[in-house]
Amino acid sequence: MEFSELIRTGRAEALLLPGPGQSPVRGTLCITSHHLLLSAGHGSPSDLWLLLRNVDAVEKRAAGNSGTITLKCKDLNVLQLEIEGLEETLDIAGSIEALSSLESVTTSYPFFYRPQSLKLGDAEDLHPPDHFYQQVALETNGWRLSTVNRDFYVCASYPTALVVPRGIGDEVLARSARFRQGGRFPVLCYYHSINGTVMLRSSQPLQGANRRRCAEDEELLKAALAQGGGRGLVLDTRSAQAVKQARITGGGTEAKAAYPGWKRLHRPLERGRPLQDSFVRLVEACTDPSLSMDRWLSRLDGCRWLTHVKEALTTACLAAQGMDREGVCILVHGAEGTDATLLVTSLTQLILDPKCRTLRGFQSLLEREWIQAGHPFQQRCAHSAYAQGRPKHEAPIFLLFLDCVWQLSRQFPLSLEFGEGMLLALFEHAYASPFGTFLCNSEKERYLCEVKTKTHSLWSSLNQSKERKRLCNPIYSPNPLALWPSVEPQSLQLWAGLFLRWTRPPEPAQEAWEQLWKIVTEKEVADPL
Amino acid sequence: MEHIRTPKVENVRLMDRTSSKKPALGTLYLTASHVIFVENVPETRKETWILHSEISSIEKQATTAGGCPLLIRCKNFQVLRLVVPQERDCQDVYISLLRLARPVKYEELFCFSFNPKLDKEEREQGWTLVDLREEYKRMGVPNSYWHLSDVNRDYRVCDSYPTDVYVPRSATAHIIMGSSKFRSRRRFPALSYYCKDTNASICRSSQPLSGFSARCLEDEQMLQAIRRANPGSDFMYVVDTRPKLNAMANRAAGKGYENEDNYANIKFQFIGIENIHVMRSSLQKMLEVCELRSPSMSDFLWGLENSGWLKHIKAILDAGVFIAKAVAEEGTSILVHCSDGWDRTAQVCSVASLLLDPYYRTLKGFMVLIEKDWISFGHKFHHRYGHLDGDPKEISPVIDQFLECVWQLTEQFPCAFEFNERFLVHMQHHIYSCQFGTFLCNNQKERRELRIQERTHSLWAHLWKNRADYLNPLFRADHSQARGTLRPPTSPCNFMYKFWSGMYNRFERGMQPRQSVTDYLMAVKEETQQLEEELQVLEETCAV
Repeated sequence: MEFSELIRTGRAEALLLPGPGQSPVRGTLCITSHHLLLSAGHGSPSDLWLLLRNVDAVEKRAAGNSGTITLKCKDLNVLQLEIEGLEETLDIAGSIEALSSLESVTTSYPFFYRPQSLKLGDAEDLHPPDHFYQQVALETNGWRLSTVNRDFYVCASYPTALVVPRGIGDEVLARSARFRQGGRFPVLCYYHSINGTVMLRSSQPLQGANRRRCAEDEELLKAALAQGGGRGLVLDTRSAQAVKQARITGGGTEAKAAYPGWKRLHRPLERGRPLQDSFVRLVEACTDPSLSMDRWLSRLDGCRWLTHVKEALTTACLAAQGMDREGVCILVHGAEGTDATLLVTSLTQLILDPKCRTLRGFQSLLEREWIQAGHPFQQRCAHSAYAQGRPKHEAPIFLLFLDCVWQLSRQFPLSLEFGEGMLLALFEHAYASPFGTFLCNSEKERYLCEVKTKTHSLWSSLNQSKERKRLCNPIYSPNPLALWPSVEPQSLQLWAGLFLRWTRPPEPAQEAWEQLWKIVTEKEVADPL
Repeated sequence: MEHIRTPKVENVRLMDRTSSKKPALGTLYLTASHVIFVENVPETRKETWILHSEISSIEKQATTAGGCPLLIRCKNFQVLRLVVPQERDCQDVYISLLRLARPVKYEELFCFSFNPKLDKEEREQGWTLVDLREEYKRMGVPNSYWHLSDVNRDYRVCDSYPTDVYVPRSATAHIIMGSSKFRSRRRFPALSYYCKDTNASICRSSQPLSGFSARCLEDEQMLQAIRRANPGSDFMYVVDTRPKLNAMANRAAGKGYENEDNYANIKFQFIGIENIHVMRSSLQKMLEVCELRSPSMSDFLWGLENSGWLKHIKAILDAGVFIAKAVAEEGTSILVHCSDGWDRTAQVCSVASLLLDPYYRTLKGFMVLIEKDWISFGHKFHHRYGHLDGDPKEISPVIDQFLECVWQLTEQFPCAFEFNERFLVHMQHHIYSCQFGTFLCNNQKERRELRIQERTHSLWAHLWKNRADYLNPLFRADHSQARGTLRPPTSPCNFMYKFWSGMYNRFERGMQPRQSVTDYLMAVKEETQQLEEELQVLEETCAV
C-alpha cells in the first residue's frame, strides 16, 4: 500500500484558530504520510506539526467557498482549521481520516522516525528481562527464572522470561498455564524485601461450571505461599457475581478447598466499555460550555471517573497493607489479567517500593508491569475520548493508572522523582507516539514486528538530559517509607493538568513550575557541593 | 471561673473520626479561657487546646457502656469527640461549656486577658501597622476629584461608618446628609477603591429607600458626583448584589433599588448573591458532608453540590470579576450595594480590589484590604461570628466565603499571591478566636467606646511578626501573574472551583497532602540565602 494513494490533496492554505492563550496561525497546510504540517513561513516557531496518529476524530463543516475542519486529538486537544476551497477541505479531511486510522503496525510512524540524537537499539539494555529476577535473587533464593515461554508457546501475552517458585518445574508451569485463561499462570511480580512477602499475578483459573481443578496450578500456588510466609490472599478484581457469570463460560476463581492457606477477596474494578464511557463522559463534561456551577459536581459524579480512581487506589492500598502490615502474600487477577490486575499490581509497588518512585525505577515498573506483562496497548489505546462509533477493545485503564499516580504525587509531592510532565508524556505516547515502546499488544507481537530493532525507544528519548526540566520533580527527596494515600473523596481531585489541559490558560501552572525549578536551581548554584 | 463546675476530668477518651486508630486516653481540663485535653502517653503528652470562643456547639449524646460521649464542634471546623467515663462529670463539663462558650460581656473574651508579653509601646505600635489614610494616599486620594470628608466625625451621619470617609469633592455636606437619609441605616455612597490608571472608582453604600416611587434629589446628585469624578466615562454602573426577587421584595418595605429613570446615566445591574441565611444553611449542609463517615465519591459530590456552597463562592467571585473588568477595562465607576451594604457589598468590593490591585495580594496589603472593606466599613463581626451570646440568625460565614474566594484564586494563580494558605487559615481562626481585638465589635464606634486599642492587642502585628510562616515561596513580585489585574477565566470554568479541604477538613490530617511543598521550598530558599551570605563574607575576607 502506498500512502500517496490516501492523500487526495497534499496542500492548502489554512488558518489555525487559536486555543486559550494562543494566537492564530495562518499558512500553508501540508499532509504527509504521517503528519499534518501548518507552516506560517520559513521556520516560524508557531508551526503546527501534528502526528496524524494523534487524530481521534475529524469533523468537517462547509461554509461558502471554504470549510472548517475540527481535529479532535487523542491527547484531548481540539484544533480548528479554516481551509480555503471546499474541495480541498473535503479532500484533506478525507486524507486525515484515512491516514490516522491505519492499523498496520509496521508501516506506522515509529518505523520511519529516525531522530539524530538517538541510535536504534540503544535502549536494549535499559530494562533487560532478567533484571527483575536479578534483584529478587539478591534477597532470596526461593525463586527462579523460567524460560518455559521462550517461544511464546505457553502464553502468547507473557514475555519469554518469568519468575516462579524455585521448586516448580517448567512442565508444572505448562500444565498450570493450560488451566489459566490465555495461559497466564501465576508469576511473581513483586518481592517485598522488608518481610519477604510476595505479590503474584495471573489470569482467572478455567474452573468452569463443573468446578474443575488443576493439581499443578495448586502446587504452584502452594509453593509460592511456602516461599512467602504461609498466608495468602487472592484479590479478585471482579465481583462475586461476575465470577459466577464467568464460570458459565469456563472461567472462575480459586476454590477455597483447593488452595489451602489462600483466602479470597472480591474488589470489583471497572474495565472495558464502562471505563471507556466514563472517560468519554468526563471529557465531555470538562469541555461543555453550557454547564453551570449548579450542575457541575453531579455531572462530575455522573462520569464516575473519580469513583474509579478511588476504587483503584483503595484496592492497591488493601494489597499493600496486606503485604506490609499483615505479612500476607497476594495473588491478583480478574479475567484476562491484563488490565485491572496490572493496575493493582503496579500501584501497590509504587506505594510500597521506593525504587519504583525514581525516574528509572518508574520506567522499569511500566516496562515490566504494563508493556512486558502484556497490557494490550494497541487495542486499549486505539481511540481516545472523541472517536465516533462503538468502541471495540478501547479502555483507558492505563490512563486510570496515571491518574492514580498523579493523586499519589499530589498527596506526596516530594516522594516521586518524576513530575506531572512525565505522566502527561506517557499518556500522549500511549495513544500516539513516534516511538515504538507502546506499539502492539504483547512481547510476542513486538518480536514478530521487530519493534525493538526497527523503532526507537521512548525511554532513551525521555532519559536525555534536555528533558529533565519537563519530566523531573525538582523537589524530589527520596522517601524510604511506604506512601499510604488518603482515599477519602476530600483528598482526591480531578486531574486538571490532563483533563483541563487545553481548556484552561496554561500560563499560571507553567509559571509555578518554572518558579519551583528556579528556587531549587538557585540553591544548587549557591551550593556547589 | 464561677462557671466551671469541674476543672479536671481524668480517663477521658478522644476519638479519632477518620481512622480506626485507638482512641487517645487523657485528662480534660477546663480553664477560664480554654478546654485542654492532655494525652496520657508520657513521652509525648500531646495537648489539644480549644478556646472557648472557638466552640460553636456542644452536644451530649446518650450514655453507652463505655461512657458518656460529648461532641464539641468548633468554628474553625475542628470536631472533638470525647467520651467521659462518668455521666455526672460529663454533665458538669457540658453545663460549664454551654456557659463558657457563650460569653455575655465583652470583658469575658480572651483578648482582654491575653498577654503576649509586649510592652505598652510595642502594643500601641501594633495598632498603627495598618493605616487607612496611608492606604487611600497610596491609591491616589485625596486628589482633585476626591477628598477626605469630616461629615461623619463623631459618627454624626452614620454610626456604622468610620469617621474618615472619602467622597467626591463636589458632594457637599448637604448632599451627603440628604443621600444618607435616603439609604438604609444611613450608609451613604463612599469610596472603597480608586483606580489611578483609569480614574474609575468603586463606591459602596446600602440600598436606597426608594420603595415603589420615592426619590431623593440629593441621592441622585450624590451618584452624579461620583460619576463626574471620573471624567473619562459618561456613565456609571450601579450593582445590586442581591437576587432581583429579594430586592423587589424590599420595595414593599420602603427599601429597594435605584430606578434607572431617576438617576442620570446609570446602568443598573443585579448580581444575585444569596443572603446570610442561605449562606449559613449552605455551610451547615457542607459541613454535614465533611463529617460523613467514609462517604462514597457520589455521597460527597452530591452532598457538596446540594449544599450549593461552591455555587455561592463562584457567584461572589463572578461579581468581583465583573466589577474589576468595569474599572480596569471599561474605565467605568461603580456603586455597589446590597441591603445594608455590610455583607455582600464587603465581599464583592474586596474581591474586586484584590483582582485589580497587586498590592492587596501581598501580605501587608491583604491586611489593609480587610481593615478597609471589612473592619472600617462596619462589617458586623460580633454578630456574624457570634463573639457574644446573641441571635443565632445573625450568624453567617460571610468573611469565610471571602477567604475562600481568595484561596480559589491562589489555586488558579499560584505565583500571584505573597501569602500562603496557612495565612488564610490562621486569619479565619482569629476571626472567631477573640484572642486579638482586631475583629471585635460591629463597627468603629463600638470599638472606640470599648477602648479596644488600649486594652487588647492587634492581630495584624502578630501576623506581621510571624510573616515568615505565611510567605508563598512561589510568589514573584515581577511575575506576570503578580502584576496588573488578575483575570480568572470565565465559563466554562466550573472545574476551577474546588472543595477546600485544607480549611473544612483541616483537622483531619490524614486527608491533607502528607508533605508540604510550601515548607520545603521555604527551607530551600532560606538555605540559599544563608549560603549566599556566607559566600559574601568569604569574598569580603578574600578582598581584604
